[in-house]
Amino acid sequence: MGKYIFSRLINMIPTLFVVAIIVFLITRMIPGDPASVMLGPQASREDVEALTEALGLNEPIHIQFLQYIGNLLKGHFGVSLSYNQPITDLIINRFPNTVILAVSALIIAFMIGVPAGIISASKQNSLIDYSITTISLIGVSMPIFWLGVMLVLYFSVNLGWFPATGMGSMADGFISYLKHLILPSITLATIPTATFARITRSSMLEVITQDYIKTARSKGISEFIVIFKHAFKNAFNPLLTVLGLQISSLLGGAVLTETIFSWPGMGLLIIDAIEKRDFVVVQSTVLFIALIFVIVNLVVDILYKVVNPKISYSTNKGGTK
Amino acid sequence: MSDMLLKVENLEVQFRSGSTLTKAVNGVSFSLNRKENIGIVGESGSGKSVTATSLLRLIPDPPGKITGGKIIFEDKDLLKLSDKAMRKIRGNEISMIFQDPSTSLNPVYTVGNQIVESIETHQHLNRKEAKEKAVHMLELVGIPEARKRFSMYPHEFSGGMRQRVMIAIALACNPKLLIADEPTTALDVTVQAQILNLMKDLQHSIDTSIIMITHDLGVIWESCDKVLVMYAGNVVESGTVQEIHDNPLHPYTWGLLDSQITESVSSEEELSTIPGSPPDLSLDISGCPFAARCPFAEEICLEKTPEMIEAAEGHFTACHFQTKEHRLDRKEAKVDDRSNIKS
Ligand SMILES: Nc1ncnc2c1ncn2[C@@H]1O[C@H](COP(=O)(O)OP(=O)(O)OP(=O)(O)O)[C@@H](O)[C@H]1O
Ligand code: SF4
Ligand SMILES: [Mg+2]
Repeated sequence: MGKYIFSRLINMIPTLFVVAIIVFLITRMIPGDPASVMLGPQASREDVEALTEALGLNEPIHIQFLQYIGNLLKGHFGVSLSYNQPITDLIINRFPNTVILAVSALIIAFMIGVPAGIISASKQNSLIDYSITTISLIGVSMPIFWLGVMLVLYFSVNLGWFPATGMGSMADGFISYLKHLILPSITLATIPTATFARITRSSMLEVITQDYIKTARSKGISEFIVIFKHAFKNAFNPLLTVLGLQISSLLGGAVLTETIFSWPGMGLLIIDAIEKRDFVVVQSTVLFIALIFVIVNLVVDILYKVVNPKISYSTNKGGTK
Repeated sequence: MSDMLLKVENLEVQFRSGSTLTKAVNGVSFSLNRKENIGIVGESGSGKSVTATSLLRLIPDPPGKITGGKIIFEDKDLLKLSDKAMRKIRGNEISMIFQDPSTSLNPVYTVGNQIVESIETHQHLNRKEAKEKAVHMLELVGIPEARKRFSMYPHEFSGGMRQRVMIAIALACNPKLLIADEPTTALDVTVQAQILNLMKDLQHSIDTSIIMITHDLGVIWESCDKVLVMYAGNVVESGTVQEIHDNPLHPYTWGLLDSQITESVSSEEELSTIPGSPPDLSLDISGCPFAARCPFAEEICLEKTPEMIEAAEGHFTACHFQTKEHRLDRKEAKVDDRSNIKS
């Protein structure tokens, strides 16, 4: 196991390197000159040139890239000029907010999606099954930007139940904090909820026709234990794989959601930085997200191996050992 | 308490998928006394497993449904029990073991866990006592190093050992009836004999009745008191092992007997098979279900369904030409002469 983890860690290096190159090139393709965007339309030519010089943007592109990589290797994420802050500080400030949003969304998705899938499968072809399948089909194809706006319109503007934007601070009390969190996490949770429901359903349907489920029923245990103890644990593996993928796409969804709700996380930071043409911030934050991405996948893969004790199961039918 | 343990009357089970209705079991009746063993034989698809599974009300619904009949166990009609009352019967008074031990145990729980679960469901024992009982059961079914094996997963066991575990689970609560649905079919020949011997030994020590489903008539002659011959969802012949062995009456039973490998079949003699295949159970069958394959079939067989009659004492069969007054000659059975039937 240790060897496996080590080799996976080594494998992360080329992945991250490729991400660094791609983000670097893409930021250079954004139209608009960073220095003039930062200084605004009234700035003089001299000022713009001086800033360009200071940013190192008049160097040839490959030199810029080497400098950037060199800094990264030394552990410097760089300094943001527009925020006037080391980027590490920006990430330390913003990343926890994204994690809070993503984790709330994931919890909602898990708490609703998985039971929905289980109920759907154990009442296959009933009205409730059809409803859950239909709703989750709509869910997976939901444009979350539109959904976010609709939620704001209805629950914030019309009903006034929740604030439309921003993130509450704990200083205003837990309730206010929660109120700010609800709409963004529901928005972000929609697609993963629907995905969990669908995967759980199909995985459970496969499991409940297995012989060992008939054995379990023949013991006289309750249907609840049959489904949750005997079936669900077997249906869990595919779910774990999807969980890994969902965490990854949650980070992507977070960018959109944060923009809709002005949630001060990594997503909003990236969008802001792009608008300000603060290239270093864009590069470093995207690279950081990529790092999280690969680490999450690694953790999920390791979990997968831990949960799965039956590697050679059903390969030898009958016979004595 | 009477000696009658189980009485099945006119059991009917149907499966519906889309617009097709498969009549898998069509009025099966039989009875079983305490400590008595009954064997069920019949070709694949004749409804043996469906009959057996119905006794525990474990037919998957949908698509299946028990559409008629009675299952009287001791003094209760199982078909009238609440789900909760039925669960008290399962694994406690009636247990079942299945054909393929490699898929009948849950791969993600230890065998110990799976035995303890059964014990804890029906007996008022604490965890430790339940575990002791489970280890004892493993020893009883002949698993060496039972205490160590207790915490191992099914995939660490061989096929024969897994079937022993299944037997341990099934017998953990001293059931009055054990249903064994082809318990040895998926096992090696040498292991088959061990498992059958084990079941015989255990039966003597805990006084359980057994319903033994098998394709191997040899097993039935050896371990059962009664036989039920099934064909296309019907019982076509039933009686004591002695009667059916010495004096089989139904042409289908003859076919089954002739297709068995026995020592008396010399190597030159070709093993016969019953020509044709069983009828499609989703179509209405009029007349005798065996008519299309029966060498003795006549016009009447297609028109009228033969009644089950007591052709000899304790020996029932459903054939127009096997009655108290009239007998067919078995030797003709091997001649595949169906010229007398217009099809
Ligand atoms: N789950 C099911 N869904 C639909 N039809 C079924 C189902 N289970 C059984 N049947 C029908 O019931 C009929 C009888 O099946 P059953 O399993 O009882 O046969 P069997 O006598 O046990 O055969 P075998 O010797 O192969 O085990 C089958 O032909 C099949 O059409
Ligand atoms: S009733 Fe006719 S078809 Fe059926 S078994 Fe008897 S002779 Fe054969
Ligand atoms: Mg069967």
